[in-house]
Amino acid sequence: MTALSPSLSPPARRLPKPFSWPVLVAGLAIVAVEMTLGAQVSEYYLLLAYIILQYVVLSTGWNILGGYAGYVNFGTAGFFAVGCYTTIALEKLAAVPLPLAILAAGVVAGLIGLGTGYLTLRLRGVFFSIATLALAVVLQTLIVNWSFVGGSRGAYVMRPDAIAPFASYVQYLLVVMTVLAMVAVLAAIAIERSWIGMGLAAIRDDELAAEASGVPGLRLKLLATTLCGAFMGMAGAPFPYFITYVDPPSAFSLAIAVNAIAMPLIGGTATWWGPVLGAVLLGFTQQVLTVTISSAANLLIVGILLVVFVTVAPTGVVGITRAWRGRRA
Amino acid sequence: MNFSWDLLLNAVTSGIMLGGFYAAVAVGITIAFGMLDIVNIAHPAFMVLGAFLAFLSINTLGIDPFLSALGFAAIAFVFGRYFYRAYYHFFERRGDDSLQGLAFFFGIMFIVEISLVLIFGVDYRLIDLPYLATTYEIGIVQIPLRLAAPCLAGVAMLVAIQFYLSRTFTGRAILAVAQDLEAVRFVGADPIRTKEIAFGIAMASAIVAGVLLIIIQSVEPSIGREFIGRAFAICVLGGMTSLPGTLLAAMILGIAETMTSTFFGPSWSPAVAFGLLLLTLAFKPSGLLGR
Amino acid sequence: MEFTTRVSRRAVMAGMAAGFAASSIPAFGQSGQPPVRIGMGIALSGGLAAFGKSALLAMQIWAEDQNAKGGLLGRKVELVYYDDQSNPATVPGIYAKLIDVDKVDLVISGYATNQIVAAMPTVMQKKKVFLTLFGLAANDKFNYDRYFQMQPNGPDAQAEFSKGFLQTAMTMNPKPQTIALVGGDAEFPAIALAGARDNAKALGLKVVFDRTYPPNTIEFASVVRAMKATNPDIVFVASYPPDSAGMVRAVREVGLDTVKMFGGGMIGLQSAALKSQLGASLNGVVAYDLYAPESTMKFPGVEDFLVRYRKEADKQGVDPLGFYIAPLAYAELQILGQAVEATKSLDDAKLADYIKATAFKTIAGDIKFGKRGEWAEPRILWVQYQGVAGNDIAQFKEAGKQVILYPDTFKSGTLKYPFSAASK
Repeated sequence: MTALSPSLSPPARRLPKPFSWPVLVAGLAIVAVEMTLGAQVSEYYLLLAYIILQYVVLSTGWNILGGYAGYVNFGTAGFFAVGCYTTIALEKLAAVPLPLAILAAGVVAGLIGLGTGYLTLRLRGVFFSIATLALAVVLQTLIVNWSFVGGSRGAYVMRPDAIAPFASYVQYLLVVMTVLAMVAVLAAIAIERSWIGMGLAAIRDDELAAEASGVPGLRLKLLATTLCGAFMGMAGAPFPYFITYVDPPSAFSLAIAVNAIAMPLIGGTATWWGPVLGAVLLGFTQQVLTVTISSAANLLIVGILLVVFVTVAPTGVVGITRAWRGRRA
Repeated sequence: MNFSWDLLLNAVTSGIMLGGFYAAVAVGITIAFGMLDIVNIAHPAFMVLGAFLAFLSINTLGIDPFLSALGFAAIAFVFGRYFYRAYYHFFERRGDDSLQGLAFFFGIMFIVEISLVLIFGVDYRLIDLPYLATTYEIGIVQIPLRLAAPCLAGVAMLVAIQFYLSRTFTGRAILAVAQDLEAVRFVGADPIRTKEIAFGIAMASAIVAGVLLIIIQSVEPSIGREFIGRAFAICVLGGMTSLPGTLLAAMILGIAETMTSTFFGPSWSPAVAFGLLLLTLAFKPSGLLGR
Repeated sequence: MEFTTRVSRRAVMAGMAAGFAASSIPAFGQSGQPPVRIGMGIALSGGLAAFGKSALLAMQIWAEDQNAKGGLLGRKVELVYYDDQSNPATVPGIYAKLIDVDKVDLVISGYATNQIVAAMPTVMQKKKVFLTLFGLAANDKFNYDRYFQMQPNGPDAQAEFSKGFLQTAMTMNPKPQTIALVGGDAEFPAIALAGARDNAKALGLKVVFDRTYPPNTIEFASVVRAMKATNPDIVFVASYPPDSAGMVRAVREVGLDTVKMFGGGMIGLQSAALKSQLGASLNGVVAYDLYAPESTMKFPGVEDFLVRYRKEADKQGVDPLGFYIAPLAYAELQILGQAVEATKSLDDAKLADYIKATAFKTIAGDIKFGKRGEWAEPRILWVQYQGVAGNDIAQFKEAGKQVILYPDTFKSGTLKYPFSAASK
């Protein structure tokens, strides 16, 4: 409880800087690798990396609210779909470059997050969870009945030709997603290491006590909800180009909602690298299973992993490694 | 849309019959989530499990689904008790039941669903009971038994549970748990055992609801997801801990759905139901009957 | 590791080939040439799996047949397939892997439009011939010239889907005046309804009811009642499996006594599961189909195929009738196989040219491809369920239960009307 606000924390314990240079450097290094290798390796590996990075963004976004503040968002697929359909709507209006579409998707999905939060965050956390569940259904109904973006018929989004200096459009998508993942992780780190993260953690541990000691609870939660929605929307924005044909069932896919929750929980929700680790581990496992076991058993494994982790290792991989290191030290 | 009394009365009747079934689905949520504070989002998955059990029992053993429902409910009750004990051991005792518990049920939902896929495949299954094929006509109102029987069964189950809760010692202890966990100790009941029994009842009700489901419509393993939102909506609308409130909310949701689909075009009916939920959460979180 | 036709069977085959290298079994056992590998992603789990599994079984039977005949180009045929989990998001990766990593010789599509479209960019980039299974106007936007689609919609799918239904309706005496349209909020129903609207207008029918309902609707009686209140002569429904069953049952309960003809593009009624569940309730329904065991459709080889299919399907728990997608899935590989043998090559350009120019004789009838790789001549069947008794699945294997009304080439009986009389 000492870390409730910066003024109260003892000066001896210096926090790491909110901006993480190592992550920035690592992210840029990955982009550089993608730029040099992208034209040579099989497209399969690019697509594989794209999916995993998409999950890194989704689970990092989910964790800003779910892990730091303890509010569970079931509506990831809804926010993701809002991102998808923002791109589609913009594409129908004019030839908008992808980065701009991503920004727009972030704004729209962020506002929807803000609105939902504003309506329900004053209640117990579980009401928020149920509201997000309902939100996804309402959004899907709206999209189904909105013929401009294809409605129930779905919409075709043709992949444009490759843009220089990229060898293929898939490579371009991958680089864009890498940058997005980097931004999401940097944002999560910044939150985690600043007074915002402290405040959110206080809310998670005891909301009443936090409010009583001066944490601006509602405002912090709204900030987290907005960011969470925005990142999920941004993760969805390039998806139409990935899949070329989007209809409501594929945009509002359950796999998205499940993974966005399972990945941070398996990785560990306490730190920024928990969701990243979870997304990489689980995302990679799923992709490998798709082309090996290749049956419904694939999803069964995700379910079992999730149950095993929350019962036996509630702190996730992060917690296990920490406990292990602690024992060795 | 051209209005007529015929359509209106029939829409309301259909809505009530649908609502009776919704009540059967939601009663378990009201007990688990409303009273015990356990966010069992796997409830509808267990319901689908019940549907497949009924399908299996009528096609291999030839047992009438309404009869087998009772047997399965008894098994589910016992299973539910152990299930709660495990849940208590792993989550409530540790004190981190909100987030981890949710994720736990999420995983359970998946395991149940995929196991059904692996065992039964993804075909739609249906039970067609010859004795439910008749449709009664009372004046201009049509009452197909296929919908009326599950509605009656659902309402009967809800009423029976309500009686149990208000008339027996354990039942009252469950209601007391819903209000205040510590209060239970004063009346001399073991709170864990009380919650065990309550969760067992919730689990049994899920299985019964599943048997009703497969009589009403074709069922495939992942169909339970469609009911998660509806069931929680009903529970919240009904005021979380009240079974009469649950029944009322279920009826309102059922009628709202059939009215929209009769008069405005069914495309919008999910938005009506969930819009109602969002509004309730925003403006009257204590539910319809709440103070 | 990858999934081939049957891991265990392959192991056995390999063992046999090693053990009896000099014996007569497969010619390709001795040649030492690598197999011809045909790759695909197909739904083996999730919502599309029922038809996906049925299609895969048919293809496996073809591979077995072809290998018994000595394979392709003297090489063994091997199917390489991955489960797309009915989730189109898995498809781009699967096809990139098939083509780049597994280096399969040929690719074909999985089941249904979303999956096909998701694979298109990858397949087009590699300039592969792409035979596809049931894509609804999926090539309209791409205009890919190596695309060949197996569902017999013809070049204008939207118009075709309701044409036969309405033309059959117009043969009734007196001619119908009004029509009700109802369908689900999804891609296929939306396209079918749009086409029905245009066709009805062209025929001078008045549309008195035009509604869609959302996915996972439970209660159809309200829709049916609202529709009945508008007093239509004919009713055209476009629906997906759970709704098709719900709709038929609601119609039985509400009773459409003034309607002359009821039916439509009701997906799911083609599957054994729904046929047996609905049983006698199907009588009178005029439904879209692609194959029916009528005397007019006894193409050479199809009956033999169905016998073998059913034997295996029983064991695997796959659709036990094998009518809808199975013959076309087998025919798809027949076409590909014939193209490979005739051109003596696996070159995609040569194969595409050959497939474009040739009229094929398959177990699913004569097939010739036209514009955008669709069938040159559409062959959507309209069947009326007649004389179905009880829920026994075996009766649907016989002729006379699913009487073909349209097109005339395959016509095997006459339309019974009005609907209430046909329902008996």
